[in-house]
Amino acid sequence: MKVNFITTKLDYILGWARKFSLFQYPFVTACCGMEYMSAACAHFDIDRFGAGLTRFSPRQADLLLVVGTVSHKLAPVLRKIYDQMTEPKWVIAIGACAISGGIYNNYAVVQGIDKIIPVDVYVPGCPPRPEAILDALIKLQQKIQNQSHEWKWKNKLKK
Amino acid sequence: MRESQGIKKLKEKFSKDILDYSISFGDETLLIKKERIFKIAKFLKETPELEYSLLLDITCVDYLGQEPRFELIYHVYSFRLNHRLRIKVKISEETPVIESLTPLWKNANWLEREVFDMFGIKFKNHPDLRRILMYEEFEGYPLRKDYPLKKRQPRIPGIE
Repeated sequence: MKVNFITTKLDYILGWARKFSLFQYPFVTACCGMEYMSAACAHFDIDRFGAGLTRFSPRQADLLLVVGTVSHKLAPVLRKIYDQMTEPKWVIAIGACAISGGIYNNYAVVQGIDKIIPVDVYVPGCPPRPEAILDALIKLQQKIQNQSHEWKWKNKLKK
Repeated sequence: MRESQGIKKLKEKFSKDILDYSISFGDETLLIKKERIFKIAKFLKETPELEYSLLLDITCVDYLGQEPRFELIYHVYSFRLNHRLRIKVKISEETPVIESLTPLWKNANWLEREVFDMFGIKFKNHPDLRRILMYEEFEGYPLRKDYPLKKRQPRIPGIE
């Protein structure tokens, strides 16, 4: 009973800390990138939600933003970047192309990045407004707050 | 529109190899014999009064159902004459092979690789004829008219 109390409280604290310190890696391949840039800059200011520090190394990031079309030739690169990120990690797919291939229903384009990597939040739109990107970030923060987290002594306490 | 200086010279020298001459969209267009493409391109590029020194584009059209099936289109440009020229070559489906222009224009290298990638036309004497847009494991030539529109291929190995 007491142990469960510690576990849930620590999960809550970790969730709170992690949701407000998201380091993002923007995997920007297409025009949706302009909307993401807008969301990241002063007008919409993604920093208000604690996701202001963009990292250009996947090893330092814990939120992968896939912004734009991913072709079959690019797919192994995306997979590699996802694999290089350290746990815990989350993925947001931004734009119609990233979530389903969009208008590019053809031989060259991956029909949704969830065929390659797991996705937490999908943002529809062609391209989505910056508000939609912020909305996705808030949705992800709710998910992080409510999910159970891995930490060092967790499994030992449960025994 | 008058016949340009380059065309006159070309007609003098290669009268037997020019199958058709027309003007379309403001540019003079020549249909020439496939075997003579390198000779004519070399003549256009290296004759001092002409100097078609810039190869603008190489592209291909698939006329499915016609024979010969493919048509290669070269655009060349001369700074000296401020003149653009379109050269067309018919290529049959059975022997989709033509001489590479890479020895003349360096940028023909990638342009020809693109045509090879999308249409499967092979270029003789090309230094590095690999796919340029699609990945090596891709089968078929996606811009041919008989490539199925909804066909999906396995993704690159190792990411499943």
